[in-house]
Amino acid sequence: MFRQKLAACAAAALLTMTGLPGLDGPNDLNARAGEMTNVAITYIVDHPAIDAARKGVVDELAEAGYKEGETLTLHVQSAQGSMPTQLQIAKKFAGMRPDLLVAISTPSAQALQSAADGKIPIVFSAVTDPVGSKLVKSMEAPGGNITGTSDRQPFGPTLKLIKQLVPKAKKLGVIYNAGEANSVAQVEALKAALADYGLELEESTASQTAMVGDAALSLAGRADVILIPTDSTVVAAIESVVNVGRKAKVPVFASDTDSVKRGALAALGFDYYKLGRLTGKMAVRILKGESPAEIPVGVLDTQDLYLNKTSAAAMGVEVPGDLLETATKVIE
Amino acid sequence: MSALAISGALEAGLLFSLVALGVYLSFRVLNFPDLTVDGSFPLGAAATAVAIVNGMNPFLATVVGMFAGGAAGLVSGILNVRFRILNLLAGILTMVALYSINLRVMGRPNISLYGETTIFTPFETLLDFGIWTNCVVLLVIALAMKFLVDWFLSTQIGLALRASGENPVMARAQSVGNARMTMIGITLSNALVGLAGSLFAQSQGVADVSMGIGTIVTGLAALIIGETLLGSIKVAWATLGCLIGAVLYRFFIAAALNAGFLGIEAQDLNLVTAVVVAVAVVLSQARRNSRFRLWPALRRAFAAPQPQKG
Repeated sequence: MFRQKLAACAAAALLTMTGLPGLDGPNDLNARAGEMTNVAITYIVDHPAIDAARKGVVDELAEAGYKEGETLTLHVQSAQGSMPTQLQIAKKFAGMRPDLLVAISTPSAQALQSAADGKIPIVFSAVTDPVGSKLVKSMEAPGGNITGTSDRQPFGPTLKLIKQLVPKAKKLGVIYNAGEANSVAQVEALKAALADYGLELEESTASQTAMVGDAALSLAGRADVILIPTDSTVVAAIESVVNVGRKAKVPVFASDTDSVKRGALAALGFDYYKLGRLTGKMAVRILKGESPAEIPVGVLDTQDLYLNKTSAAAMGVEVPGDLLETATKVIE
Repeated sequence: MSALAISGALEAGLLFSLVALGVYLSFRVLNFPDLTVDGSFPLGAAATAVAIVNGMNPFLATVVGMFAGGAAGLVSGILNVRFRILNLLAGILTMVALYSINLRVMGRPNISLYGETTIFTPFETLLDFGIWTNCVVLLVIALAMKFLVDWFLSTQIGLALRASGENPVMARAQSVGNARMTMIGITLSNALVGLAGSLFAQSQGVADVSMGIGTIVTGLAALIIGETLLGSIKVAWATLGCLIGAVLYRFFIAAALNAGFLGIEAQDLNLVTAVVVAVAVVLSQARRNSRFRLWPALRRAFAAPQPQKG
């Protein structure tokens, strides 16, 4: 008896959740009266940078008049690190036929591109190499029904900052996840830029967050200074790198400003929130009728300087006064 | 749910039914808890993606992916049998190593197959089932593999394999080479998983080094859900259970994705999925208990020992 009752309950619950579309909104969103704009956002994993970008998109939409609950219906879904789930979310969103799809991260953008098949406009964010991942034909003219923003940033200014703060540095250590397309692209760019600043590269990789501490320790003897790219695996455990840096007196530089709040010495980076705002601006243009094919891939041209005074002292670095004055933010 | 969402769940389910079949061979038939799967799934995808990008025929590329998966399984088998490394650790070692190997195979962490000719491309014009084309192709492949596994386990080697997993001491007494059986079984199991990875990359349009995360968990969940519904004694039912369990698991996730009206947000997805699967396992236990007959077992357990007659 118990078994049958349980089976009936489970079946009923499943039917309610999958079979009755009315509870979660209509299947085909365009079939509903046109006064609400529908935007669906998906991302591969829950991560501070991705969250910041998502918030930026939503805030920008709100500022442009697309307020959630008033004129905008927002659908947000995270794949929680699973590619098969990302496929399902992409198909689900494509099946809803919203006015715009937003993908944050490379795999999410690729999944949406496959599922929407050119029929629904897509805006992506936080994709380092949009051309290499076949999302767009070129940065200037995407060509398809998809465009977005890239988080690729020039390393020149950061290397200049490192030379300015640690003039004696010869070996630059970098920790990244070799399994992340974004990070590999950044390290390639870094290699190309290093020679101009008289620096040599020392690499250390971590495939999981739990391995970041060991990767940092392995650099302690080899590198004079450590630079962390915008790598989601390493940034998630930035504290363990900071710890090693403080103990071994190796200055730790980051590429995103949030890491400075968490203990990195300095970063000339952009805010993923600002990248999200830029993505949001492109989203608004598409919602107003522009074709993604002709909107060039956006990159942030401003880099904010964040400094952490406590870490500077702990890592044995003296920060010149003029640098403190030009900094966007100084963390005591 | 829209038709496209249903097709997505069905597609992912049928893909993972191949993983479930592989996991059935290792965990159930061979009694070998093999974790290689998390590495052989992306390996199958990587090998196929590289082959396709370099202009190989997609059918041949799929076979390459399948063989690559099988080779990974063979490594785990050899580690276990020849070097006497505990089966669990042998699988873990191969899985860990495969992360780097997959990066080597692809030369980069992510290869897009968008716009390339895949195994599904010819059927798009041939079958013309619209969004259901991939599902139909995958259903045929999954059923073919199910019957192939059924048939294999009824052959001389297959029976020896089952005996070896069920009772290695007895199997050895019947002159079954347990070592050889382990290697054959784990190779076949991972070939199925490699095939799943290969097909996943082609249907999804991307091979990514991190796509293997949680493959074993999904495969096991599918296997257990299948056993809940169909039982696990007869091979034909157990393999059918793999197919149904895998598809149901994806529908559980689809259900969790549609649970927004319960106040559930994006970050709660995995929790909701776990709860739904937990209900399925509770069902499994209720079923087992009904067959188990609690009372006679308890009476036997607590009965006074019968005096031995001299």
